Amino acid sequence: MASSSTSVTTVAVRRTLAGHGPDWRGIVFGLLLLGSLVATLGILVTLLADQLVRGIPVYQERGLDFLTSRLSSNPATAGIGQGIVGSIIMGILVAILCFPLGILTAVYLEEYAPDNRVTRFINVNIRNLAGVPSIVYGLLGLTVFVAFFAFLGFPNNGRNIIAGALTLTALILPIVIITSAEALRAVPRSLREGGYGVGASRWQVTRKLVLPAARSGILTGTILALARALGETAPLLLAGAILGTFSSPGGLESILTGPYTVLPMTVYDWSRKPQEEFRELTSAAIIALLLITVSFNALAVLLRNRYQKQ
Amino acid sequence: MIEDARTPKGDPVTTDTQTPATREVRIGADAIEAGANRAIVEDMAALPSAVSLRDVNLYYGSFRAVRDVTIDIPKNRITAIIGPSGCGKSTLIRSINRMNDLIPSARVEGEMLFQGENVYADYVDPVEVRRRIGMVFQKPNPFPKSIHDNIAFGPRVNGARGNLDNLVESCLRRAAIWDEVKDKLGESGLALSGGQQQRLCIARAIATEPDMILMDEPCSSLDPRSTLQIEELMAELKEKYTIVIVTHNMQQAARASDFTVFLNMDDDRAGYVVEQGPTAQIFTNPTNQMTEDYVSGRFG
Repeated sequence: MASSSTSVTTVAVRRTLAGHGPDWRGIVFGLLLLGSLVATLGILVTLLADQLVRGIPVYQERGLDFLTSRLSSNPATAGIGQGIVGSIIMGILVAILCFPLGILTAVYLEEYAPDNRVTRFINVNIRNLAGVPSIVYGLLGLTVFVAFFAFLGFPNNGRNIIAGALTLTALILPIVIITSAEALRAVPRSLREGGYGVGASRWQVTRKLVLPAARSGILTGTILALARALGETAPLLLAGAILGTFSSPGGLESILTGPYTVLPMTVYDWSRKPQEEFRELTSAAIIALLLITVSFNALAVLLRNRYQKQ
Repeated sequence: MIEDARTPKGDPVTTDTQTPATREVRIGADAIEAGANRAIVEDMAALPSAVSLRDVNLYYGSFRAVRDVTIDIPKNRITAIIGPSGCGKSTLIRSINRMNDLIPSARVEGEMLFQGENVYADYVDPVEVRRRIGMVFQKPNPFPKSIHDNIAFGPRVNGARGNLDNLVESCLRRAAIWDEVKDKLGESGLALSGGQQQRLCIARAIATEPDMILMDEPCSSLDPRSTLQIEELMAELKEKYTIVIVTHNMQQAARASDFTVFLNMDDDRAGYVVEQGPTAQIFTNPTNQMTEDYVSGRFG
């Protein structure tokens, strides 16, 4: 008696625990997720592999020579030296112009500005500016910055790297402001209150508590924005970067005021060239550009990890 | 006679006779009864006051959070503010050191007299008010800095220069946390336990040498043992500071405070003072029926 009733219970329990069989919808959904991942990664891997296959032989053949040589119409001697130098100087200039301006604007909007209609209007429009196509910033660069330097009588009709840097600064400024503001907003109010509670002024709370706490977020955002600026071609097409060859400038003054190019411009230029050899050079230049961008991203991650530990 | 029994600069006899009694109170099961047994029942109005609120009304935008509050907070005593959730206790305590200035819509009417001066007068610098009236918050909020720098921050922003090691040590000692942290002053304040963090925050609050310390539910996130430590600490600190504590915990108010202010709110949700007086009286012999209902746990 006892044993049979036990077994009946056991069977019932077993049936309940076994559930209703496989969850087909769940399985299909899981496969869909996996498929999306594979498709996304697939595109990326294909692109990368294609470029690597075509570009690596150039590095094997020419090595450092390709990285340091000047632009040339002869594919055998053409290199990306001017593009790399241009991109580095561009990066430094954009960082100098953009970081203080963007971060200080964010600090003002988040910590100082009264929360009223004007502030909200400005905030919304900064977000809109971040969505403006980059070619529009190129037009701004041409009609404002380049024209300005031309008006002042700078050589090369004002098409210098400073005008280009100002253009890219305008392009990424909204992104820098938005990411910095978000990093500041993520600082808990309790931290600010703690500071005010011991008699710190707003400047002291901002400078000694809020900014250090937001540092990793601000740095990550701004460096990623800078990486984006360094990959841009369209605005600089309008704002005066050189397509084709030019002689390398000499001193600092001619670097800042003379003709210039940047790596993405070289890529664009070479991809339009008729000679078949330039296909491989294009891929090689793309690899260099990718390495620069990836190392910027790596730097951002590194800085974030370092400051988050504190 | 009241004054004789208490303060005079930590007279050892006074402290000794007080401590066992208070300890018994804390350990004793019925804190409310024990509160009544406390021999000293002072007259709130007869004591010199650290802060006097005169017809204070507090608003958030058009919403009135606190209505017509008039209180004298006695010097060197612990005053508890109790009342049901949402009755404006926190708003009230945060308005004393102008912490609510940080909320854009917050507005104050009436007078908040600190040493005879209205802290909301035009010429008053809120930063200076907050230095003189320190604050300990509901959730421990040490700075993401070392234990040493947590204490040194306040004095530094107020102009202290040079080596502050002695000050740091004395503050940590007064906050009864020195022995636990003396070997790790360089470590982050966030690495401490919740109770330790809160005592660190109290040490931080006294580092700027305030006259008064406001505590906004300082034990609400702490375990009972840490809560007792904080209460013992408060009893020691009142020798030197005036303490105002907002608490949800009626046992805590009964155990730890000398005076109690009971706030309640009307249908319009504006908090007002129902009754105020010596803690023993509020808890055992309240004059208002609402107070009796609240302290005996019938609502709130």
